[in-house]
Amino acid sequence: MAEAATFQGLSWNPLTDLEQLFAYPFMVHALAAGTIVAVMGGVTGWFMVLRRQTFAGHTLSIIAFPGAAAASLAGLPLAVGYFGFCGLGALTLAGVAGTRKSLSAESAAIGSLQAFALALGFIFVSLYHGVLNSLDSLLFGTFLGITRGQVVVLLAVAAASVALVVGAARPLLFSSVDPDVARAAGVPVRLLGFGFLLVLGLSVAETSQITGALLVFALLVTPAATAHRITSRLGFGMALSVAIALAVTWLGLALAYFSVYPVGFYVTSLSFAVYLLVRFAQA
Amino acid sequence: MFAHEFMRNALVAGSFVGLACGLVGYFVVLRAQVFAGDALSHVAFTGALAAAVFGLDILAGLFVATILSGIVMGLLGDRARADDVTIGSLFAWTLGIGVLFLSIFTSRSSAGNGTAGVRVLFGSIFGLSTADVRIAVLLAALASASSLAVARPLLFASLDTEVAAARGVPVRALGLGFLALLGLVAAQATQAVGALLLLGLLAAPAGAAHRITTRPYRGLALSALFSVGSVWLGLTLSYEFPTLPPSSMIIAAAIGIYALAFAVRN
Repeated sequence: MAEAATFQGLSWNPLTDLEQLFAYPFMVHALAAGTIVAVMGGVTGWFMVLRRQTFAGHTLSIIAFPGAAAASLAGLPLAVGYFGFCGLGALTLAGVAGTRKSLSAESAAIGSLQAFALALGFIFVSLYHGVLNSLDSLLFGTFLGITRGQVVVLLAVAAASVALVVGAARPLLFSSVDPDVARAAGVPVRLLGFGFLLVLGLSVAETSQITGALLVFALLVTPAATAHRITSRLGFGMALSVAIALAVTWLGLALAYFSVYPVGFYVTSLSFAVYLLVRFAQA
Repeated sequence: MFAHEFMRNALVAGSFVGLACGLVGYFVVLRAQVFAGDALSHVAFTGALAAAVFGLDILAGLFVATILSGIVMGLLGDRARADDVTIGSLFAWTLGIGVLFLSIFTSRSSAGNGTAGVRVLFGSIFGLSTADVRIAVLLAALASASSLAVARPLLFASLDTEVAAARGVPVRALGLGFLALLGLVAAQATQAVGALLLLGLLAAPAGAAHRITTRPYRGLALSALFSVGSVWLGLTLSYEFPTLPPSSMIIAAAIGIYALAFAVRN
């Protein structure tokens, strides 16, 4: 960024700062991708927090890492690895949840799955020697260098998964809050649970292409957790969760643009600051 | 295999770390706190890199960070059992800080240090010096001994919190102490298998033991056995096939045992 001839750094005029932010295509793409990812993270994250599936969500996000590593080893596009592995992971998690005997057994299974995914990823990376430098970007992502094509794919997948979650919002809410009563009322609880994990895997795979496998969580859990602290209403809560995710992403990108520090640091810190603020304002 | 000093060091340190992970991991799974272990692994990453950035001893940074955050998690959650959402938000942020330190560290130091982040994330058990081994053995023995010493009241408090509290067991203090102990073990395991993989050593052997038996002391022994066994198996595999990283092989062995137990018991 610093080498660009017209880059002037941060000025006291907010309008010129905004103009600078949109002056380069890479930054426009990053902002577009960030916006898409934030909306999707806010919507699916809201249900993830409600269903207490944060651990499962985190595991899915980790699974994205061996997916990407395997794809680069096989010479396939990264997106194939992300979607393939996250889909498989969602299937496995749904299988584990189906046979669960207790909460502790389930969490042990999820934890093992997650460690296995990471170990696998590291094996792939070691086999593929050239990738060591991009290991950081697989794990921590890069908002820069996003192409127009990536943004289009992101938009399509995000639109599909947001439409699925919003379309099934009422029965999903019912079966999340009271699975037994929902089952008695004829709601397909198991199918919904599985479908939700699949959509969660999809959005995590999407998000990790931009934020990296390790930072997805900042957009999935923290804004949603903040929204749940403020309200338990479906529509308002989800809107709030999306709004926080959006604000945090935009501000984080802008801050990263004007400084030398990574965007992941800003996004996670900002969202955690909002969470703490709300938490202590209520206490 | 035993002729190489690095291999002997790795086996000795790995055995003790495995023992501590197996014992503490059994309680982690019993108390459904695997997610807390997950969080601590991220804290370990940030702590080690923070120490590297400020020019302090990496090991010291690791221990201070994990033990402190174990206690903080206990204090934030109710009844010393931190809830998932609090933990998740906290460690997403911790990881963000870790990324910041990583970028400062790699941009400031020369090219030779570019792999520091990778070392912390995935461990370097073959790179342990004799002094490292001594510290690892001492601390792991301490952690194992203290988890065995509080095993009875901790079991009681984990299985039936209300009754244990009514009988005068200090449930809250035990919960806090346990999270601090978990922090200590997490820092240990970071050295052996790395910050990202330590969860496997905590969850998989213990999960397998829980599948096989519900009797607590037998389960505790089995968990320790599985954990030490997977360290040995993993190190041997990695020695025979040098392209495969040792930390991944240890975790693969642990997952193999878990999958076996899962298949046998289903």
